[in-house]
Amino acid sequence: MRTFFTALVLAGVLATGARAATYDEKLATCFACHGEKGISETSEVPSLAGMPADFTLIQLFLFRQGTRKVEIMNDIAKDLTDDDLRKLGEYFSKLPPPQASGDAPDPAIAERAKAAIAKHHCASCHNPNFSGREQMPRLAAQREDYLLKALRDYKSAQRPGYDATMDEVIRPITEADIVDLSHYLARLR
Amino acid sequence: MKLAPVAPPPIPTAADKLPDIAGKLKLQKGFNIEVYASGVANARSMRQGDKGTIFVGSRLQDKVHAIVEKGGKREVKVIASGLHRPNGLAIKDGTLYIAELSKISKIEKIEDNLDNPPKPTMVYDNLPKDEPHGWKFIAIGPDNKLYIPVGAPCNICEPPDTHAQIRRINLDGSGMEVVARGVRNTVGFDWHPVSKELYFTDNGRDWVAEDVPEDELNRVTKVGQHFGFPFCHQGDFLDPEFGWGKSCDSTEKPVMKTGPHSASLGMRFYTGGNFPAKYKNAIFFARHGSWNRTKKVGGDIVAVFLNKDGTVKSTETFITGFLGPDNNYIGRPVDVLFAKDGSMLISDDFNGAVWRVTHGNPKSAAVK
Repeated sequence: MRTFFTALVLAGVLATGARAATYDEKLATCFACHGEKGISETSEVPSLAGMPADFTLIQLFLFRQGTRKVEIMNDIAKDLTDDDLRKLGEYFSKLPPPQASGDAPDPAIAERAKAAIAKHHCASCHNPNFSGREQMPRLAAQREDYLLKALRDYKSAQRPGYDATMDEVIRPITEADIVDLSHYLARLR
Repeated sequence: MKLAPVAPPPIPTAADKLPDIAGKLKLQKGFNIEVYASGVANARSMRQGDKGTIFVGSRLQDKVHAIVEKGGKREVKVIASGLHRPNGLAIKDGTLYIAELSKISKIEKIEDNLDNPPKPTMVYDNLPKDEPHGWKFIAIGPDNKLYIPVGAPCNICEPPDTHAQIRRINLDGSGMEVVARGVRNTVGFDWHPVSKELYFTDNGRDWVAEDVPEDELNRVTKVGQHFGFPFCHQGDFLDPEFGWGKSCDSTEKPVMKTGPHSASLGMRFYTGGNFPAKYKNAIFFARHGSWNRTKKVGGDIVAVFLNKDGTVKSTETFITGFLGPDNNYIGRPVDVLFAKDGSMLISDDFNGAVWRVTHGNPKSAAVK
C-alpha cells in the first residue's frame, strides 16, 4: 500500500516536469497520503487537519532541510518555497480536526496513560485537550500507528526534534508508555 | 500549567518586519542599538575574522553564515551547509572551527575563500550524539586549545562520564582533557583578560519550581573542578531526586546566580574599544529568556563587574526589553561579540538577525 502511494505521489510530482509546480499542485500532492480533508487513511501517515500552523511549517522546513528524514517528504519538500511553507501551515490549521470514533480507550490503559502524561508534563506543551499549539502538534485523535511511529522515532533518535525538547522528554519514556499513550491519545474525544 | 519552549521561527524575519528595537529596548545612557544584519536564520554563536568578517552559527538551520562588508554594503552569505546543528564557532590564524552536534571541523583561510569556501575538514569527532544539550558553544583559550562542552543528555539524570563537562583538545584534535565536570549545559564562555581564568555560563534544570534553581556564572580556578550537576544546583540547592546523601560543599559555587530558567548563554569579556572605561574587563552575557516559568525572565544583556580577586563586585542590566511587558519576546539574544570597531554585536535566533550596540553618536542611519 505504502509503495503504491509513494509511486502515485512521485508520479504526480514528476509529472510537472521542468515547469515549477504551482502552489495548488503542491497542495494536491499532500492529499494523496494525508487525505483530502487532511484526515489520513494511510498507515503511519499523520492527519494534518487542525494542526497548529507553526507545527506544519516547521516540519516542512525540517523535511526540506533534510533534518527530518522521510524520503518521500524530503523529495516533495525540496521545491517548497518559504511562502509555500507558510501557506500550507495555514491551510491545514483551518481544516476541522479529526474526531475519534469507535471504542473509548481501554480504562486500564487510559489510567496508565494519564499518569504518564502527568509525569512527563505532556499537556503543558500540547494542551490539556491535546489540541496542540504553536510548534507543538495536535495529538488528540491522531492515527494510533502514527503516534507509535513518531514516539518510537524520537526514542531511537531516528527523528531529531526541531529543538531538542522531545528528545529530552522521550528519554525516560518506555516502550510500554509509548503503547499506552498512543492508544489513549488516538481515542481521545 | 501551560509552559512550553518558545520555538524560533525557521524563516528569519524580513528586514522591513523586524521589531522596532531602538524604540522598544532600554539601554544604558549614551548607548544606541541598530540593525546590523537581517536574514541570518537562527543566528547563534558569533566570531569575527582578522579581516572583519562576522561568522554566525545556527542551532536549527544546517548553515553557517558570514556577514561581509563591501564598499559600505553589508552582505549575508552561506559559507557552509548540510551541517547538523552548527551552533559553535571559533577562529584562529585564519582558520574557522565549526562545532556541530557531535563533530568539530575546520575551514582554513576562510576569509580568502568566502565566495567559494571549501568543505569543512574533520578535526575531532569523539563526541556523543545525544540531541538534548548536544549543540555546542566552542572557543580557543589563551593556551591555544579548543574548549568543547558536552552537555547533560537530559533535563536531569545521572550523566555518563563522557557528559556534563567542558573538555579541551589541541587544535589538531589530539590530547583531550576534561577541564570541568558537573556542568549541565554551558552555551557561553571566555577567559579573563588579566587572570586568564575561564568563566562560563551554565543553564539550570527545569521543572523543580518557578524560582529555583537559578542559572549560573562560574569560574574555573583548577582543572577538573566539579560544578554540581546533577546533585547540586546554583551552588546551594540539592536536587530533589539526585541530591540525597550529597552535599553542595563538594562542588564549586557559582560566582553569580543569574536568574531562574533565564537561559544565560553567550558571554564575553570586554577588553576595550568604544565603551566607557568602567566596562574594561567586565563580563557581558546574554539571557536568552525563560520558558519554564509562568512569568518569564531574561531577554536581556547583563554586565558584571569583577573584583581584583575575580569575584563579582556588582552587576548592571545593560539592555532590557527583548521580553515585553506582555510576557512575549520581540527577540531573543543568544551571543554577544565585541567587534574590532569597538561595537557590540548581539545575535538573535528568534528574528534571525544581528543587532549592533555602540556608545556615543549613532554612526549609522539604519537606526529607526
